[in-house]
Amino acid sequence: MKAVCWMGTEKMSVETVPDPKILNPRDAIVRITSTCICGSDLHLYDGYIPTMEQGDIMGHEFMGEVVEVGSGIDQEKLRVGDRVVVPFTIACGNCFFCQNQLWSCCDNTNPNAWIAEKMMGYTPSGLFGYTHMMGGYAGGQAQYARVPCADVGPLKIPAGLPDEKVVFLSDIFPTGYMGAENCNIQQGDTVAIWGCGPVAQFAIRSAFMLGAERVIAIDRVPERLQMAERGGAEIINFEEVDNVIDTLKEMTGNRGPDSCMDAVGMEASGHSFFFATDRAKQALRITLDRAEVLRQCIQACRKGGTVSVPGVYAGSIDNIPFGAAMNKGLTFKSGQTHMMRYMRPLLGRVERGEIDPSFVISHRVPIDRAPEMYRIFRDKLDRCTKVVLDPWANGARAA
Amino acid sequence: MSSEWEMRRNARDGGTQTELLERWAMMLGGGALTVYALARRRPGIALAAAGGLMAYRGATMGTKKFHARASFAINCPPETAYRMWRALENLPIFMRHLESVRDRGDGRSEWTAIGPMNRRIRWQAEITDDRENEFLAWRSTPESEFQNWGSVEFRRAPGNRGTIVTAEMEYAPPAGALGKAALAVFGKDPEFTMREDLRRFKALIEMHEIPTTEGQPHGPRSTVVSAIDALQPEKRKPSEHYAGERTAAQRRAS
Repeated sequence: MKAVCWMGTEKMSVETVPDPKILNPRDAIVRITSTCICGSDLHLYDGYIPTMEQGDIMGHEFMGEVVEVGSGIDQEKLRVGDRVVVPFTIACGNCFFCQNQLWSCCDNTNPNAWIAEKMMGYTPSGLFGYTHMMGGYAGGQAQYARVPCADVGPLKIPAGLPDEKVVFLSDIFPTGYMGAENCNIQQGDTVAIWGCGPVAQFAIRSAFMLGAERVIAIDRVPERLQMAERGGAEIINFEEVDNVIDTLKEMTGNRGPDSCMDAVGMEASGHSFFFATDRAKQALRITLDRAEVLRQCIQACRKGGTVSVPGVYAGSIDNIPFGAAMNKGLTFKSGQTHMMRYMRPLLGRVERGEIDPSFVISHRVPIDRAPEMYRIFRDKLDRCTKVVLDPWANGARAA
Repeated sequence: MSSEWEMRRNARDGGTQTELLERWAMMLGGGALTVYALARRRPGIALAAAGGLMAYRGATMGTKKFHARASFAINCPPETAYRMWRALENLPIFMRHLESVRDRGDGRSEWTAIGPMNRRIRWQAEITDDRENEFLAWRSTPESEFQNWGSVEFRRAPGNRGTIVTAEMEYAPPAGALGKAALAVFGKDPEFTMREDLRRFKALIEMHEIPTTEGQPHGPRSTVVSAIDALQPEKRKPSEHYAGERTAAQRRAS
């Protein structure tokens, strides 16, 4: 089959690899019909997250048709022919964390748990196509994928809903939604969201669903800011204002947003002194993350407010104004998305026509063009907001 | 037949001249490999790990204190965990170095471990303490060449949140080739091995299988990584081989 492989920093390549096989009783094999490039894949593309290995298959946002199930799968739950969206986190369903709905903290699905334990104390769940530290599972930017614990994760999709309306239930829609839920929104709240990428777009819309009266979105890419505006947000182009925090103060009568969301993560941009030191340390590989946005969130948030972090971080970060966090009494919420909490209810919203997630898509291309799309998406060229790959379209090369 | 004193001395001392040389070679070679891997700009995790392991093996060869202990909270009642462990035939499913355990039914059992180059290490064991759903202890019989002791405790976790399983083991490998083989299997990092064994035990109970990626597709690996993969003889076959056994074991236990 064809698969997008990580061959080194900024080196992606479509390779012909063997088809996946069932390896465990609860596995299923899915023939992929749509798969996407996620903003978090760009951290791997740029080589900022350790424990990638040359030849790893990328991708964690995919859907398709079940073509094979293992002997441990209950036919009531999943059978050959089912059309499913596959969540990017893998959960066993039976451990303490799964049973407490903390699905992305599953205790059992990371075969390389010891690596993650060395870095974080305990391991989160296994993820598709996202470093060996997070399990080393082959990803879904391919024609087929092996899905472990397939009786827990995959969500069956009724016929009639096109892929492009439901494929984002695999990550970014639930991730944006959980980011908004983590803002602890009360009726009438003001929420500030840093970043207007695809996750943030869903976070903006989810914040309104959860009762926010006002959403302020911060970015510098014109088409993304326009998309945020179409979603009902007020916008700040951080290239055009002197200081984001002062601007937010002014916009909120010196009170500050009730919640601040970091939907950017480890590759933030900015102009501050600390941004410059982050950048230098990252270049020297002393640090993994640039935490400019997180600092601004803490500084900007109103007293007693909530900071929600759906953006991805990998390691330890310096110069976090924790004095501000402590003295203002902030609450922090974060985490990889607990997918299985949100997929079904959000599918309901799509079915009822409350939201059509396909609005974020800017590019639909054959999988063969994935390597160039990584660069275009990273560099925000060609008004690129979201790339959906078709694994079966006739591209430049045959399977 | 070596006395216990001799066995312990052997475990403590550095070994012969050749062993000493081998040990230094591994330490230096492994160290160099680790430094090289970490200095590469691209993440060279497998390489660094292999180098680190090599250096570690070199540094610890022949001087290891063979004791290991690990503890995991498992989301099941103590009865389930006890039953799974007490069916000794199940042990090789989660203890990677074991090939088989045969329970003779009279409190005695026959154990086989796989050493380097598929060399088998066999011994007899007897159960020395067995408190249902609470505790199990065993040791190799005095006439066994390879002396080892093991125990596992099952304790209800606070708030009824499952069972805390604590396993402990001790090994005293004999002199000679068998001792070297045993050392290679049990001695390289007993604490790590114990933890990973117990982690697999937990997965087997909670998830009903052991997570794996062995046998999944990938693109071309770098030449260095491919060479390291080829040089790992103790690496076990893809787990599909064991998938059926695991399901059967789970059924037996529950």
